[in-house]
Amino acid sequence: MTQHVSPPRDGTGKTAPVDGPPAWRVQLGRADVRTLTLLGVLAALVLIGGITQPDAFLDTRNLQLVLTQASVIGVVTVGMTFVIVSGGIDLSVGAIVALASVWATTVATQEYGFVGILFTAVVVGVGCGLVNGVLIAFGQMVPFIATLAMLASARGLALQITDGRTQVVTVPSVLDLGERDAYILGIPPLVLVFAAVTVIGWLVLNRTTFGRRTVAVGGNAEAARLAGIDVRRQRLYLYLLSGLCCGIAAFLLIVLAGSGQNTNGNLYELDAIAAAIIGGTLLTGGRGHILGSVLGVLIFTTITNIFALNNLQTDVQQIAKGAIIVAAVLVQRRTASTH
Amino acid sequence: MAPEPPLLSMSGITKSFPGVRALDGVDLDVQAGEVHCLLGQNGAGKSTLIKVLAGAHQPDTGTIRWRGEEVTLRSPIAAMRLGIATIYQELDLVEDLSVAENVHLGHEPTAAGFVVRGRAAKASTAQLLKRLGHPEVDPGRLVGELPAAQQQIVSMARALSHDVRLIVMDEPSAALDPDEVDNLFRIVADLTAEGVAVVYISHRLEEIRRIGDRVTVLKDGRAVAGGLPAESTPTREVVALMTGRNVEYVFPERPAGTPEGDPVLSVRGLAREGEFAPLDLEIRPGEIVGLAGLVGSGRSEILETVYGARKASAGQILVDGTPLRPGSVRAAVRAGLGLAPEERKAQALLMLESVTRNVSVSAMSRFSRGGWIDRGAELGAARAATRELSLRPDNPSAPVRTLSGGNQQKAVLARWLLRGCKVLLLDEPTRGVDVGARAELYAVVRRLADEGLAVLLVSSEVPEVLGLADRVLVLREGRVVHEAPARELDEHRVLDLVMEGSPAS
Repeated sequence: MTQHVSPPRDGTGKTAPVDGPPAWRVQLGRADVRTLTLLGVLAALVLIGGITQPDAFLDTRNLQLVLTQASVIGVVTVGMTFVIVSGGIDLSVGAIVALASVWATTVATQEYGFVGILFTAVVVGVGCGLVNGVLIAFGQMVPFIATLAMLASARGLALQITDGRTQVVTVPSVLDLGERDAYILGIPPLVLVFAAVTVIGWLVLNRTTFGRRTVAVGGNAEAARLAGIDVRRQRLYLYLLSGLCCGIAAFLLIVLAGSGQNTNGNLYELDAIAAAIIGGTLLTGGRGHILGSVLGVLIFTTITNIFALNNLQTDVQQIAKGAIIVAAVLVQRRTASTH
Repeated sequence: MAPEPPLLSMSGITKSFPGVRALDGVDLDVQAGEVHCLLGQNGAGKSTLIKVLAGAHQPDTGTIRWRGEEVTLRSPIAAMRLGIATIYQELDLVEDLSVAENVHLGHEPTAAGFVVRGRAAKASTAQLLKRLGHPEVDPGRLVGELPAAQQQIVSMARALSHDVRLIVMDEPSAALDPDEVDNLFRIVADLTAEGVAVVYISHRLEEIRRIGDRVTVLKDGRAVAGGLPAESTPTREVVALMTGRNVEYVFPERPAGTPEGDPVLSVRGLAREGEFAPLDLEIRPGEIVGLAGLVGSGRSEILETVYGARKASAGQILVDGTPLRPGSVRAAVRAGLGLAPEERKAQALLMLESVTRNVSVSAMSRFSRGGWIDRGAELGAARAATRELSLRPDNPSAPVRTLSGGNQQKAVLARWLLRGCKVLLLDEPTRGVDVGARAELYAVVRRLADEGLAVLLVSSEVPEVLGLADRVLVLREGRVVHEAPARELDEHRVLDLVMEGSPAS
């Protein structure tokens, strides 16, 4: 026997598992470092807001408003995060929110009161998600195209329903939810819904087989298929989930605005994608963080609020948002490479 | 003889990828005007070597000399500037561009620096095609509309459109008919007559005898022989070099006696049009059946069809006597089949995830209730499975991408162990696994069989099939040409069978 080769068992020196970085980093892990970074950014923003507008910004009503505004886009972002983790994209979220909000506020629907509005918003959202899911999972359509088509159609249908008019909500029980009397320990009910969706989303992604399958499909769809996962069914469920989140968000928006409009949810798709990305979710799929997405939403909403309080125009806001997205991705790439 | 420096001289080239050393100190000398053949089995390092030569990979160590001067091939463009062109097996043409546009891609004849002179490009392309013996190819046609053989001609024309001194051809004959191969050889002869060197890669020994001048044999990332005369070196010697008499694998003992009981997997008349002819196969619990054959012999296709990843055009698959729903991976997995695919990273592993999550992915229902995962149970089960296979490092939360090739393979096996599968399908189980780690993997597979698993093994490494399997089916071009117990076969016999199709006298 002439065994003259004795290569290293666990790969070569180049690929040896890292034991280089300082202990605190290893202990914290990449995800925790990212969460802390985002929290730091948020804290810095609060500081800036407190310094520039000490009275207006730190006012309880203002903070409640920021959180309420974050709730609508936040719920959408949780659904979007699941879709992105699975390697997909949902460009239709804003349009679905618009369609669900107008469908749920037609005169006919309002006759059924609170339950009618909530039910319609959710069913319209899930229905749109079903169409997306079937087209993508079984029609083999690229998610970008399928949801782009849904974006166009849902917006068009929303315009057709409203004829461009604002549909004012006349159901008192719905309007009451947005009033201060309904606040629980100073927290608006909308924010509680957002918190609940966040917690459930986190649990589903991290603690259930559904979440694992989502990650597997996004990380390597072929491997998932060969491991015995029903990739198509999983994809269908994910777009249903995104549609459901849009339906819930539409209801929150109805409560917040006291009306339904076909222009609702404008550019939500981009805000939700941006929030998910700065939260550390890979656009290519396979990795995502619900908490990061939510922090991303809070950061964006806080910026908008601070800019508004300081009487800065929306154009400046937009530029700042763009800069933050680029900075967040660059920082993440650096921390990723040092780990 | 005056020692003129060779056109190309690579020495001590090493290249490692995560988990595997693809090249381990390879030397290669190529003279101007010669056809230098590179021989070696799958995974021997041929592709990596030519990618280094093409500037697509940077070697970790080693030097490359071009006409006696040391050079660094930083990029494919740098290699091309020196006059090195590569024709890959997977042709790198843009299907939606015309022949002429493909040939001149990246160096279009231009006016005023940026306006493409289409007519000039077409004229020079027509000239190149004529030189290659294919004046009938229209330079204006879209490449996607051409048959494979003509696409290859276009690829060659592109190589010649540069001032090329050395052409690397990666299995150029694989997709060609016999008369097209004759034309290819004529082109090669013309090129070498003009002083161009050709590095020719092929599995087919008879081709190498026809056109080769010298042969370098690669095995496990090493050049086990360099510059052998292509015509006079005995086949036996070349085969012995290719199949690795330099490293003696240690195979586990086969159990005494033949496995008994009803077959757990029965394949009856299974076929896929254009891929493999009707196949009958039975495997009993505890038995390892090997499929030996070259690339293109239908081995992997058979495995994937049994697994439901491809749909059979005829035939039946039964697990424990129950027919399997055709074309459904989920049905196969539920019936107790498990596949360790050829391309581990692309087809089996979730590279961003930990060992535990990779192992548990097929058996999540075992430690979840109502979709809720009991992570303690998951960790325990995954740890038990990886420990049984002595996967290293013994850390279930280690990212799977940091594991060596052998341990990644163990993670895939642990997945099916945890799932509790009855039939394990192994496609090239030691591809990308370091030589030293292979013996351990063989022992693992045999132990699983001894515990009652049925194993269907596909490998292009003949010693592996002969050493590990109990029974061997030899495939050539989609057809079983021989079946025998492994101990009645030897390597030369099998290689003769897979290459020639008839038993050696």
